[in-house]
Amino acid sequence: MEFFQMLVFPGLIFLSVYSFALEYFDRIVYARLQNRQGPPWYQPIADFFKLLGKEVIVPASVSKLWFKLLPVFAYAANLAAFLYIPLTSANSLYPFSGDLIVVLYLLTIPTLCFFLAGYISEGVYSGLGAVRALTQLFAYEVPLFMALLAPAILADSWSFAGISAYYSAHPIMMLVNIPAFIIAIIAAQGKLERTPFDAPEAETEIVAGAFTEYSGKLLALFRFTVDAELVVVASLLAAVFLPFYASNFIISFILYLLKTVFIVFILAVFKGLMARLRIEQIVAFCWKWLIGIGLLQIVLNVIIKGAF
Amino acid sequence: MSKNLVIPIGPQHPSLKEPACFTITLEGEKVIEADIGIGYNHRGIEKSCESRNYYQALYIIERVCGICSHSHSTCYLSGVEKLAGVEIPRRAAFIRTIFGELERLHSHLLWLGVAGHEIGFDTLFMYTWRDRELVLDILAMLCGNRVNYGINTLGGVRRDLEPQHIDDIRRMCAKIEERNNYYVNLALSDATLAARLSGVGMLSKEDALKYGAVGPVLRASGVKSDTRRNDPYLIYPEIPFDVITYDSCDVFGRVVVRVLEINESIKIIRYCLDNMPDGDIIAKMPRKIPAGEVVSRYEAPRGEDVHFIKANGTDIPERVKVRAPSEANWHSMAHMLKGDYLADTPIIIAAIDPCYSCTDRAITLNNAAGSKRTDWEAIRKHGIEFYRNKGVDVSRILLPEKINY
Repeated sequence: MEFFQMLVFPGLIFLSVYSFALEYFDRIVYARLQNRQGPPWYQPIADFFKLLGKEVIVPASVSKLWFKLLPVFAYAANLAAFLYIPLTSANSLYPFSGDLIVVLYLLTIPTLCFFLAGYISEGVYSGLGAVRALTQLFAYEVPLFMALLAPAILADSWSFAGISAYYSAHPIMMLVNIPAFIIAIIAAQGKLERTPFDAPEAETEIVAGAFTEYSGKLLALFRFTVDAELVVVASLLAAVFLPFYASNFIISFILYLLKTVFIVFILAVFKGLMARLRIEQIVAFCWKWLIGIGLLQIVLNVIIKGAF
Repeated sequence: MSKNLVIPIGPQHPSLKEPACFTITLEGEKVIEADIGIGYNHRGIEKSCESRNYYQALYIIERVCGICSHSHSTCYLSGVEKLAGVEIPRRAAFIRTIFGELERLHSHLLWLGVAGHEIGFDTLFMYTWRDRELVLDILAMLCGNRVNYGINTLGGVRRDLEPQHIDDIRRMCAKIEERNNYYVNLALSDATLAARLSGVGMLSKEDALKYGAVGPVLRASGVKSDTRRNDPYLIYPEIPFDVITYDSCDVFGRVVVRVLEINESIKIIRYCLDNMPDGDIIAKMPRKIPAGEVVSRYEAPRGEDVHFIKANGTDIPERVKVRAPSEANWHSMAHMLKGDYLADTPIIIAAIDPCYSCTDRAITLNNAAGSKRTDWEAIRKHGIEFYRNKGVDVSRILLPEKINY
């Protein structure tokens, strides 16, 4: 049973299918915002399989082992993070106190893999993309952590189960975290390297950033990782900021889909409305505004916790 | 970073629509030196005009640029007509003006989309290109083609405007005006656009004049210069319109100048439609053009276009020299790139609305003696040899007998 859960739901197969579905949703919303038709529903899958069939070219001077391992690493970290996030009930597959912190930690690994992938590729574009990815990591990581930990502070628990228990007892307290939710949405754009925070893979400047030298299966795996990251981050935000579940599995599952689709919709609208910021503007924005508001939110939550 | 990083942007790069090579030296993310390499797109257009008669050369000239095709052909024709001493009918001048302004409309809308794409604002790109289709549809309706109109001919124009066309053009103008007002608002109020474009690619008024910038780049540096006003041609002397200038001297100013110019173009088109006279659309032209030289100027969407034509009394031009507007704007490019971020390089390059194939004119070959001049015969030999090494034999292609090397 456990093996089935890890493999099918909420494990590998569900993550794969849902990441294709969310990518399709993201692309169609983005397209409709731009007055375009958008792709058919099978386009993400078709893209994936087409890339799988392409030739893999590994640059001559690059360590073959690492070049091939990094996409796998990145995907594995995403999958591991996904297993610890509760989807349809307050408990994830392996709940323990502190699983929120573990998920945040695991979510940093894909970005580090992107950085390493660009760094070992030894191309100028991939090198610059790698440096930008790492710079951006330092910009969004702190506000993202603050935003996700603020609700946990209020709930007085580092676990998803504890957060869910607290907010189902005090549903009104969810409204306190609205600023943190906004920060988390904005920082998630940075995490997922989407417009306006897509400087690490800005195609008009540095081609494809860290992935420039990647091709074929390896690139397909990286693209797949990026899609999976979208699901993981959306699920994480849903689990922290919208932690209510139904007792019936089917209803709870539909609720989960609605929550994640809602979050991806917000992300897609952001992507459609903004121009790309420069990397130094991203850093300045994150440290000046997001961290400031994040600190206020934490202070507010500590005060509320003390008062009630 | 301790060592300066050298980044090649081009010859093949996603931000370039045509090949060119910008070698950017970086210190961190800042550009400290920029080297511009153009010349990948040389097509020998001027040379091929010299072996064709004036009518045939017109079709070559129209293909100098994919966007300002009407500008180049009108510029060339006004030179030839001046040499021949022929005055084109007034109705033909109106039709030429309408086409020129329609071309400016779609060129500026295209540029706005490209600029949006370069700064990662793809929504703007999709919107403006959707609206540009309205203009292209009108052009296709008027002359059958979307970009190379083939409307111009020596002595006038080839097709007349029908009354029902006029209604369609008016409807299109109303739509474009409505949408463009939205872009004007967007340009002047959107925060991310301003954050990305203000203070980027600075070119002061003095530098703009020193480097010989033209068109919207020059006007965005606060210089009120427009060939339609300075040296009017066709029916521009009688048309009331404003020369748009903006004094922010940066890419943001170039956006504002262009979106406001769209409204001016609509004004001009409306004036032409209101005051269109009846009459012929073509005047009789002599087959042989009397000997002489002429320089003609035209305000293309990208700036001032200059053609020099030398006639020798036959039906074939002796020399046609094209100075496309992009060529004048290249010179300030290295200056504009220096000191800005790498992230801004694509938009600074795009901000002059560069047209690479318009610009690439000549090729210099180094022969064994170390001299920089190579005659026509040697270039031909080099070309044949070059392609033979690649497995293609072009030596059997016959040249027109007119060319004597």
